This record gives sequence, structure tokens and C-alpha cells, in this order.
Amino acid sequence: MSVYVDYASTTPFDKEIMEKVMAGADVFGNPSSIHRVGKDAKAKLQAHRTRIAESINAKPKEIIITSGATEANNLAIKGTAGRHEKPHMITTDIEHASVRTTYQDLSEQYDVTFLKASENGLIDVDDLKKSLQSNTVLVSIMLVNNETGSIQPVYEIAKVLKDHQALFHIDAVQAFGHMEVNVHALGADMLTLSGHKIYGPKGIGMLYLREGTKLSAQITGGSHELSRRAGTENTMWVEALALAMEKADSKRAARSLKEMQLKERFLNELTAEEIPFEVNGDVNRQASHIVNLHFPWSEAEFLLTALDMTGVYVSAGSACNAGTVQPSHVIQAMYGDEERALKSIRFSFSHLMEEEDILEIVSQLKAIYERLYGN
Amino acid sequence: MDPSKTTVVVGMSGGVDSSVTAQLLKEQGYNVIGIFMKNWDDTDEFGVCTATEDYEDVRLVAEQIGIPYYSVNFEREYYDRVFKYFLEEYEKGRTPNPDVMCNKEIKFKAFLDHAMKLGADYVATGHYARVEHDGDSVTMLRGVDNNKDQTYFLNQLSKDQLSKVMFPLGHMEKSEVRALAHEYDLATKDKKDSTGICFIGERDFKEFLSGYLPANPGRMINLDTGEDMGSHDGLMYYTIGQRQGLGIGGEGGPYFVAGKNLKENELYVVSQYENESLYSTRLTASDVNFINDVGDTFDCTAKFRYRQKDVPVTVHKNDDGTIEVVFDGPARAVTPGQAVVLYDGDVCLGGATIDTVYNEEKVLEYLG
Repeated sequence: MSVYVDYASTTPFDKEIMEKVMAGADVFGNPSSIHRVGKDAKAKLQAHRTRIAESINAKPKEIIITSGATEANNLAIKGTAGRHEKPHMITTDIEHASVRTTYQDLSEQYDVTFLKASENGLIDVDDLKKSLQSNTVLVSIMLVNNETGSIQPVYEIAKVLKDHQALFHIDAVQAFGHMEVNVHALGADMLTLSGHKIYGPKGIGMLYLREGTKLSAQITGGSHELSRRAGTENTMWVEALALAMEKADSKRAARSLKEMQLKERFLNELTAEEIPFEVNGDVNRQASHIVNLHFPWSEAEFLLTALDMTGVYVSAGSACNAGTVQPSHVIQAMYGDEERALKSIRFSFSHLMEEEDILEIVSQLKAIYERLYGN
Repeated sequence: MDPSKTTVVVGMSGGVDSSVTAQLLKEQGYNVIGIFMKNWDDTDEFGVCTATEDYEDVRLVAEQIGIPYYSVNFEREYYDRVFKYFLEEYEKGRTPNPDVMCNKEIKFKAFLDHAMKLGADYVATGHYARVEHDGDSVTMLRGVDNNKDQTYFLNQLSKDQLSKVMFPLGHMEKSEVRALAHEYDLATKDKKDSTGICFIGERDFKEFLSGYLPANPGRMINLDTGEDMGSHDGLMYYTIGQRQGLGIGGEGGPYFVAGKNLKENELYVVSQYENESLYSTRLTASDVNFINDVGDTFDCTAKFRYRQKDVPVTVHKNDDGTIEVVFDGPARAVTPGQAVVLYDGDVCLGGATIDTVYNEEKVLEYLG
């Protein structure tokens, strides 16, 4: 028996969606072509765009299709920074690498403030207030942290930014499908999403850009996506994204309830089996599908290998090209403790899992723990 | 031992030797798991981690053979237990052997522990040495390929460590290993053997060391004539017997390094390969490791450097745990910091680290 419990890394492509998309493959035209074949493709593309927009309460023209969330985050940040003379920007020290690394690179040239998360995994809104300057042009904060699942106080942040010129960019990749993502309610000027985290394909994502917001294209070569992102549109994958978003949104309540139950069962079983652990961050302020556990008795690298050998697939921190585990920068930022980061693992659940999967993970963890410390 | 019930973790480096090791064990029916060790963090000019390519080769070979493969990071352990020692020895003017330390502390300690915790019964590597288990007894023998024998680097392994180790290539010639790699068409079949110290790689040794230890140039003195021969770049860059890189030649040469005076920061050189100052007749050594019990005084053969021919010696155990090794005849360029490794025929008895070198009663005090 094997158990995949790493759904925050990626999800399987929903077969129903895949089949539907494949069935439409005959419409192959280039949406920019002005002949009938192109127009058919354009019509489909725009219909999908409308469905995508509706899933987050936006308008179709506010959706920029990208190759994924990494590109969308790069576009949001660089496309804003580049429009200003001496901009100041604010982000956090627990963002996904596509945001964090982009800001780190920009900080050599521009003024960037990195807000610190505390041990509960959350950003303090007062810190944001204090960091705002007259030249602050952009604030990038994720809705759900990809490593701990912590839900950032974006609604409060939006209130603070309401009377400020700074644009609010929300990375909602780990939130969509697990909680409501409504761009107006969230007060977002920009918002990023990815296809493969919500049972869609890899290689597709989007940036919501509030109507009237200026942004410089980072990939040039045509007037696609309202001149914000050049390149012939990936119509089939846009459809897949639209279908994945619709499905994830319509089944959100049932799916997240199941995730929550699985997570709770998991934590209860660990406690019952007397396997020592601590939850990283505040378990009551985290998304339904993610929990990050600190196991003081083992390095994550060892546990990941030992678990993989028994068919339990899970992850920790980020992997280097040589296959070793880099300690999570998020846990380090929260606790200021590299040791804790080295001994922490993320479990991320899905409605596709069953209770027996949870029992299998716990029994394998228990076997490893006993091998190391048992009699 | 039933191979199908025996789990062997193979330390895979991405080289041809460890690839063939894994293949042979798999073929013998063992439950084989490949693990790549990342001991040093380095990036190339494009910002790519230098271990990436080697790990990619591990992946290719593991997929070919059909075994699971993983990676483990021992950068911290390697830095603390091997690299610090390496620098400290150079600071003392000695010539350390990081490979001996790496085997003792990393490959057959940290890595062995990791493998055992994962449920392994044995750890295997592609070393050219033989280890024979017979009930409770364990012996290490030279690899049958005389030219590749690596027992010199394994001399610090304890009986306990060796009892959990397999060296499947010890019975083979290097050429056979290559041929087997070709026969199995392994992805690493034509990969060049790595040379030099792993963390330095292809880089210039002087340049590497100067990044960690301040170079302190001084005078170079002819030990026989007292003549000032010019300047040296820093004592740590030289080892006893060295000929190349002195920047002096021509008349009266060639010259060889015969000693170092740390206090005066002077490098001593002599002319002629066979200069008397380069010869010694006995040594004392610490960090003594005997794989199996030996007497207090015994005759055997010894190597003072890797790939050097054995010389006959007599070994005396001292009360303080050190040993004295008396050579049957004078030996050239015996160097503090290097290992002295002892053999009884093909059996490796163990070894120690050379501390002081003597010519009869005279301490070669400049050797250090």
C-alpha cells in the first residue's frame, strides 16, 4: 500500500477534466488568426476566460493567462516595480520562492521590506502599517502559506491598504479550492492562481489584474492577454484551468470538510500512538489541507527517505538539485531555529484520501519511531 | 546470509565504481538501495550546485538497475569533522589526509548510521579493498588490484564498522569493473574517475586553501648551505619531498622540500633526490587503530603514503597509546599528518597518523 500525502506540491490531473479537454482538441486554431478557424478558437478561449473570471468574481478582461503561478507572481512584481522611479515594496519572509526570490533580486536595486512572521505563522498587520511609506507601490502577501497552511490576515491588510496608493498582490495558489477566493472581498489588485494545485494540469496559471491597473509586460512579442503577456494562448489548458477552477469551487465545502477530518484524524492518531510531534504555527488558523509537523526526534531528510521506502510520499522544505532537503525557510522565519526547520515535515491532504490512508501513514511513522527508539 | 532478506545500502557517488557495486549486489539478489552523499556545498560559474550532475548519474544508474535511490546531506558533519581538521593540520604545517578522515567520520560513521537507521543490514561502497566476515571475526585485505588498493584510506575503520561493510569490488581489477559497466551499459560506463580531494575538485589547490587560511610568505633556505633561495608563498602550500612549484631550478637543482620551520616561517630545501635530509629511519604516530588485536611488538610492512611500495618495519606499542614504527632501512619523505598503514601480507592491520619522524636518534624537527 502506498499513500501520497503531498497534495500541496501538486495534485493529479482530474481525468474527467482531461477527457473533456481532449474532446475539444479539434478546435486547434490560433485565437489571433482572423479567419474562421481562429475565430472558433478565440470564442472558446474567451468563454473559458469568462468562466475563470466568474470563479473569483472578476471580469474576463481582468484575467491574464500565464504558464503558471511562478510566472504570474514574477509578472505582478516586476511588472509593477519597473513602472516606478524609486519604489518601495513590502512582502513577507514566508512567501513562496517565486515571490520571495523575485523580491530578493529586486532588493539589490529597490527598497523592499520583508515583514516577519511570528511563531503562529502569521504576519502582524501593525507591522505592515508601520512599514508603509509614501512611495510604497506594492504589497505582496500570500493568502495561505504553502508550507504551514497558515491563513494570513489579508482582509485586515486590504482595509489598511484601502486608503493607500500601494497595490495589493495576493498569492492565492494554496487557498483556492479550500476557502473562498473572491477578489473584491479580498480587496486584491492582483491575485495569482495555479492549475496543478487544483487538479488541473501543470503549465497553466493566471494573474488577476484589477481593471484600470497598470502593469508592464515581462514577456513581449504580441498583443495577447491585452498586451500584458505575449505568446499564442494555450487554449486547451485554459479550458482545463477553467474547468478545474469551477469544479474546485463548486465542491469546495465538501472537499475542505473531508480534508479537515483527515487532518484531525491524523493528529489524533499520532497522539494516540504516542509519536512525539508539535504543530508548526497555530493549527486553528490554517487551511484545511495542510499541516506542518515538527518531529523533535528525527531529521526530515531521514524521515522522508524512511517513509518513501515504505510507500508514504511526503515532503519537507525544498529539494535541492542533488536530491537533499533544504530546511524550510518558512519554519526558520517563524521560529528563528534552523534545527526545528530541519526536523519538520509538511503533510498535505486531499479529498481523494481515505481514513485508511491516514492509518497507514501513522502506522509507518510509528514503525520508524519504534525502530529508532523502541525496545 | 539470505541475500533476498538482506538490505544493502550502497553509497553511490555517480561514478563507475559505485555504479558497478550496486549492479553486482542487485544481481546477487540483495535488496539494494542507493544513497548519494552530499558533503560539500559548491556552485559552478552558472550557479548550479556541482553535485547536481553526479546525482543525475546516480538517478540514471539506479533507474537502469531498478533500485530506489535517495540523497543525504552531510555538509555540516563533513565541515565539522573533516574540513576543520584539514585546515587545522595545515595550520600546524602538516599534510593531512582528508580522505582517511572522511571514511572514518562520514562514510563509515554518519552514513553508516543513517543506513542502519533506515533498516540496512550492510553498507557497500566501491572501494578497492576486501573485507571478510566469518562469524564474529572480520578482516580487511588489500584489493586484488594492486594499483587501485584503497586500504590506505580505510585504515582507521574499526572492526565494528567493518562488520557492517561490503566492498564487492575488492576482488576485481579496475579494468574488469570498467568492462562490466560496459557489459551492463551503465550510464556511467565511460565517466572519468574523479581525482584529487573531493571538495577541491579540479580547482587550483593553492587558490582554494588561500580562501580559508591566510598565506604567509617567507624565506626559502638551502638546508645544506644556508643559502637564501628566494621566497616561499606560505608554508602550508608545501609538503615534504615536493619538487614542483618551488620556483627554483637550473643551477644546482633540482630542489626538494626537506622541512618547514613554523616559528621562523622558513621553508627548507635541499638539492638532489637522494639527499640525506629527506630520509628517516623511524616515526611515532597517534590515532592508532588496530582492526584486530596485535602484540606489543611485531614485524610487518608499512606504507607512509598512498600507492607507495610497502617497506618492512617493526612496530612497538607505547604506554600512552601511540606507536613507534622502526623501518628496516631508511625511507624517503615520510611526512607528518599522513597515515602510516600496517600490513601482514595482504591483511591490513590498521594504521595511525604520523606525528614525529626521526633519522636514527635525531628528530627531523623541521618536518612539521
